[in-house]
Amino acid sequence: MVILLNENYHVCTGCALLCDDIEVVIDDNVITEVKTACRKGVSRIKGCNEPMSPTVEGQQVDIDVAIGAAADILKNADSPLIFGLGNSTDGAQKKAIELAKQIGAVLDDTSSFCQGPTLEVIFNETVKSCTLDDVRNKADVIVYWGADPSNSHPRHLSKFSYFPRGQERQRGWEEDRTMITIDIRKSHTAKISGDKFHNIPLQADEEFIDALIDALSGKVPKVPFEYDPKRILELANILKNAKFGIIFVGLGLVYSLDNMDPIVKLMDKLNELSNFHLIPMVGHYNMRGFNQNMFNETGHLNRVKFEKGNNTKVQHGAEFSIVESLNEKKVDAALIIGSDPLSSLPRAVADHLLNIPVITIDPCETFTSRKAKVTIPSALSGVECGGSAIRMDGEEVKFEPIVDVKSQTIRPSDEEILTRIMEAL
Amino acid sequence: MANAMEIYQLLPKTNCKECGKSTCMAFAVSLLSRELTVDDCPPLKGDKFKSNYEKLSDMIAPAKGASESGMIVHEDKCFGCGNCVVACPVNVAEDPLGAGIGRAPTSDKVILRVEDGIVRTSNVHDCRRFGENKILCNGCIVTCPTEAIEFV
Repeated sequence: MVILLNENYHVCTGCALLCDDIEVVIDDNVITEVKTACRKGVSRIKGCNEPMSPTVEGQQVDIDVAIGAAADILKNADSPLIFGLGNSTDGAQKKAIELAKQIGAVLDDTSSFCQGPTLEVIFNETVKSCTLDDVRNKADVIVYWGADPSNSHPRHLSKFSYFPRGQERQRGWEEDRTMITIDIRKSHTAKISGDKFHNIPLQADEEFIDALIDALSGKVPKVPFEYDPKRILELANILKNAKFGIIFVGLGLVYSLDNMDPIVKLMDKLNELSNFHLIPMVGHYNMRGFNQNMFNETGHLNRVKFEKGNNTKVQHGAEFSIVESLNEKKVDAALIIGSDPLSSLPRAVADHLLNIPVITIDPCETFTSRKAKVTIPSALSGVECGGSAIRMDGEEVKFEPIVDVKSQTIRPSDEEILTRIMEAL
Repeated sequence: MANAMEIYQLLPKTNCKECGKSTCMAFAVSLLSRELTVDDCPPLKGDKFKSNYEKLSDMIAPAKGASESGMIVHEDKCFGCGNCVVACPVNVAEDPLGAGIGRAPTSDKVILRVEDGIVRTSNVHDCRRFGENKILCNGCIVTCPTEAIEFV
């Protein structure tokens, strides 16, 4: 299903919720006021504090020169890396896959150290998923596990999960819905769930899942840490009686597990007894889109290496993730699109980026762009250029640019820049 | 915030009924709910109670930034999640197909809306905490993750 855009509303590309009910006040092609969006969305829509300019080796140049320099770096590289794209439109992502094929690059995005494993079990249909609209209309038991949407996706609770009235949940949060939070600390979201908050120790998610499965099977749950078994039984009872349950998997849960088996086991058990679904709390607005586009193209979500001149040969594996590629120093140039690995990766891993030529395509200045050899400023997608993106639940959302794109100050989109790099190659 | 007993302690405690209330305690409660003002108590205006009058005026003066219904939004704490907008019973009643289902408000009659990432109030007279038949509704307080909303 494609969600059609109401002509008065804009789409916010601040996070993977892609809220489609945003109104703006524009004065002289500058957005002065944003209505309905959360603080995160407002800062995205209003643009960056430090816009990036086109540079080569720190010297300001014309954008065409920067694109030419980028093409030269990629042409001379034996094993280039293309990374990022979580903040790019579907069109740009498809173009990046084409480019990776052309130059035989390693292609990866943040999902390889983020929600990739969760998306993999959903794409392979190992667990049941649903859309956020289903959650709003039907869900009566909502579980946030290792997630704090109040900070990561501020409108998650108010737009889709707990607070809105839905078709089958007319009485809303007070009577029709139960929200449970399982986390290692009392987050802002946990505060709202009140006594339905389960505070578990660090790295104890697997033991808690096992205990929960025992409780669901009618056994006495046991955990190696101090925890009242009655509370686990109480939780199991709520889950068992759910008519439409949903578990939102946060990074806290993904990071604490070695693999997805415990989650799959729990989902199987829950679906024997009731009706449960899973949605990953995807961060970047189009990270799921990248995984979807890659899956359609190659059958893999991320971590691939294409062979130069052989379009059909694709290698896939953990060794092609950005972390391993940089750790093993297997790449000799990097094209970073809309991401900041120098900030987000541990220094020991990201260090290799300081030794190889780096090209960044980004609207704003980042730590990576300051260390990059070539920087190419791009349009802020969702504001200065349109396109489509995939929401965290897999729905496609189309959007138009908010400001007038005919203005002189507008920068080319990621897609346009990638096309021009390919032409220059 | 002051309570009725603290206000009562500063009143003449003579139950003179000049304010129209039967006792000073009843007057204290009316004062707390902003139904009457400090000036409605004639004996309090005399020299004898001058310091009490000043203390009470400070106590009852609307808190800085509070709306007429007594709501204060701590803008530095609010991050515009909109939980209060969707949970507010008046918003739901006035705008069932907008704010009620989690979407942008489509009616001008809503009390709460998010602008520039911060919740703003309007139509405070419709708030359930306002006026004669007010009730202690706490829909916007308990749903706020950061305690950004408070009532005086």
